Amino acid sequence: MSGTDESATGESPPVEETETDGEPSSSEEPSSAAGDASTDGDSLGTDLAELVEDDPETHAGDEAGRYAPLEVEGLRKEFGGITAVDDVTFDVEEGTLTGLIGPNGAGKSTTFNLITGMLDPTDGTVRFNGEEITGLQPHEIANRGLARTFQIARELEEMTVLENMMLAPKGQVGESLWRSIMPLTRGSVREQETEQLKRVWEVLDFFEIDHLAQEYAGNLSGGQRKLLEMARALLTDPDVLLLDEPFAGVNPTLEKRLLEHIHELRERGYTFLIVEHDMDLIMNNCERVIVMHQGRILKDGTPAEIKESEEVIEAYLGGEV
Amino acid sequence: MSTDGIRGRFKGLFEHDLTLVLAVLGALYLAYILAGVAFGYGLRGQLNSIANLTFFIGVFGMMAMALNLHWGYTGLFNIGIVGFMGIGIYTTALVSKPPVGDGAAQVGGFGLPLIVGVIAGVAVAGLFGLLVALPALRLRADYLAIVTVAFSEIVRFTMMSRTFQTFAVPDTIDLWLFTFDPAADTVGLGGGGGLILNYTNPLEALLRLLFLWEPYLGFVSFVQANVISNNPKPVLDGLFYGIVLLIGVGLFYLLLSRIGKSPFGRVLKAIREDEDVANALGKDTDRFKLTAFVLGAALMGLGGILWYSGQGSITPPSFRPNITFFIWIALIIGGAGSNTGSFLGGAIFAGLLYEGPRYFKNLVQTAFELGDAPRNFGEAMAGFASLDPMPFIVYTLDNVSQLRLVIMGVVLIWLMHNRPEGLLGHRKETASSVDLARPGSGGSTGKPAAADGGDEQ
Repeated sequence: MSGTDESATGESPPVEETETDGEPSSSEEPSSAAGDASTDGDSLGTDLAELVEDDPETHAGDEAGRYAPLEVEGLRKEFGGITAVDDVTFDVEEGTLTGLIGPNGAGKSTTFNLITGMLDPTDGTVRFNGEEITGLQPHEIANRGLARTFQIARELEEMTVLENMMLAPKGQVGESLWRSIMPLTRGSVREQETEQLKRVWEVLDFFEIDHLAQEYAGNLSGGQRKLLEMARALLTDPDVLLLDEPFAGVNPTLEKRLLEHIHELRERGYTFLIVEHDMDLIMNNCERVIVMHQGRILKDGTPAEIKESEEVIEAYLGGEV
Repeated sequence: MSTDGIRGRFKGLFEHDLTLVLAVLGALYLAYILAGVAFGYGLRGQLNSIANLTFFIGVFGMMAMALNLHWGYTGLFNIGIVGFMGIGIYTTALVSKPPVGDGAAQVGGFGLPLIVGVIAGVAVAGLFGLLVALPALRLRADYLAIVTVAFSEIVRFTMMSRTFQTFAVPDTIDLWLFTFDPAADTVGLGGGGGLILNYTNPLEALLRLLFLWEPYLGFVSFVQANVISNNPKPVLDGLFYGIVLLIGVGLFYLLLSRIGKSPFGRVLKAIREDEDVANALGKDTDRFKLTAFVLGAALMGLGGILWYSGQGSITPPSFRPNITFFIWIALIIGGAGSNTGSFLGGAIFAGLLYEGPRYFKNLVQTAFELGDAPRNFGEAMAGFASLDPMPFIVYTLDNVSQLRLVIMGVVLIWLMHNRPEGLLGHRKETASSVDLARPGSGGSTGKPAAADGGDEQ
């Protein structure tokens, strides 16, 4: 708790810079006041942090679009003497497509790993749906509704596509050993699996990989793996999806398909945070872009704002470092 | 019906696991019976040879399946199998051996019924599984291997240790509400001398439990009167114990294939493939690994009990790591990841690699009158001076049980080169409790809009 407050106070300027408007709207005031809130000083930043922490429930009641399910504050990670991620603060608004870009080594993937619990941050907090998730185990974070994909698609190669998909849903009763083997309870396991199977096929159809259902995941092409991975993440029933370079090594046709899927899902209320280093792709598809450089956030804004930013151009075109 | 259809049918037949298992077992038994005929065995000898084969098929089959849960399913590199087996049988012995008084030459046990001993043995093996797994599962795969092999050696040295050789049992034990007055005065692990398993014959205990002992004795006297007149009971005991082991194999298979075909088994498979992914999909992988490890260790304990209970005595040297590696070879032959495959691997290993060389030697020695083997390697090589390879061949044959390890090594190398996935290592035993084909087969309209509507809820 105290750690949170400290960082919130210390990092109030970045907090203002990056969309605090989600927070006031969610706490007490109606969303109209949101835009102006950022002009207030340090104290407000602290207050907001407290309000958010004290009453996470208020988030849920808000109308769509103004509420940020994922909030990252003062995130910092050091490996030995190197600071890979330095004071990163941003949030992701519900129902948006937010891009996280930056040159190689900017700390994008590390930020992802910090958010999803694969790495423990040296400092800073991550909040999801108003609840602090910093330092939780990856599976605990995933079960709260924050799903991720990996930079290099990681399939469970010697399992079929169907097995991959069936693995994902949350709350499977059959994951208890005893329920799986006891004759009396096995019926309920089968029932749930039958139910789940329908959804699995629906999602396979949606991603148009149903013809590969019986195939081993290891036999899939790179692009198909990306589709499978996204489909699998979707089956965990997430609120927010973190996609780590979903377009890397994907041919243009498939890239288009993936983008269509992402847009369609976003329209249905899913929230996306996408790491990518293809600048154009992000600029054309995201409402909001966060640019990272050397572990820090360089710029955070709409694609138009980013395009005009001289710092970003410098970072990308290799100005002085 | 066209030829293709028939061929397809036969192919289908051999793809069916049960057929394959029966074919392999049939071939093994046939080979042993034919060898017996060649040796000129009578009925008694044949039955003994079959009982012996069944015993090893049973124990190796069971152990390979238990290991398959660790390695084939979960990817846990356990090379301390024999430790869990030892714990199982030693606990059973300790619990079920008849009590002895003070100053007896032998160490005794608590004299409880054998079934209690078996349950205790399985439970204690599982408990030690937990003990090993709690710290070790956090380690990377190869470190788990080191921990487990060290553990099995610790177990063996504990068995040999003088410290644990005998314990004096107090006359009364006060346990909260209960007061025990154990009959036993001295219990212990017996040190280097091991333990004599002088409890009830396990077959008898089991049959009594099932109220089948009297019918069995009736059957034995029937056989004595009509088939084998000269004390048939040991032979029949061996055969029936073999049958009990095969039933045990069946139960192992039932349990393990149920686990494999369940969401639990699916998570285990996912851990084997990529633990991070399973974790990122919201599975508490530590819990799954722990459960699988403890269950596998308990099954290994049970396997150890079934292996050694009928042997009359147990000594620490029986629990050297070579047993562990035999079981690993069996699993690799059969194919990790497949329950049917692991049993087949166990059966083939037992029949061909473990017992086979000895039979082969006897067969050759029966077929050709080879005379006495040279006493040492020098004499064996001396024959080459006069271009006579016979002494060397005879010497090699005579030492075939030592060469068994070499043969196993060669087979292993060949397998790694030509069929690393093993006999049935295709791992296509789908991890699900239901058929994963599209429900209503093709009836689904597959409308994306309708499809995903369900997800948002």
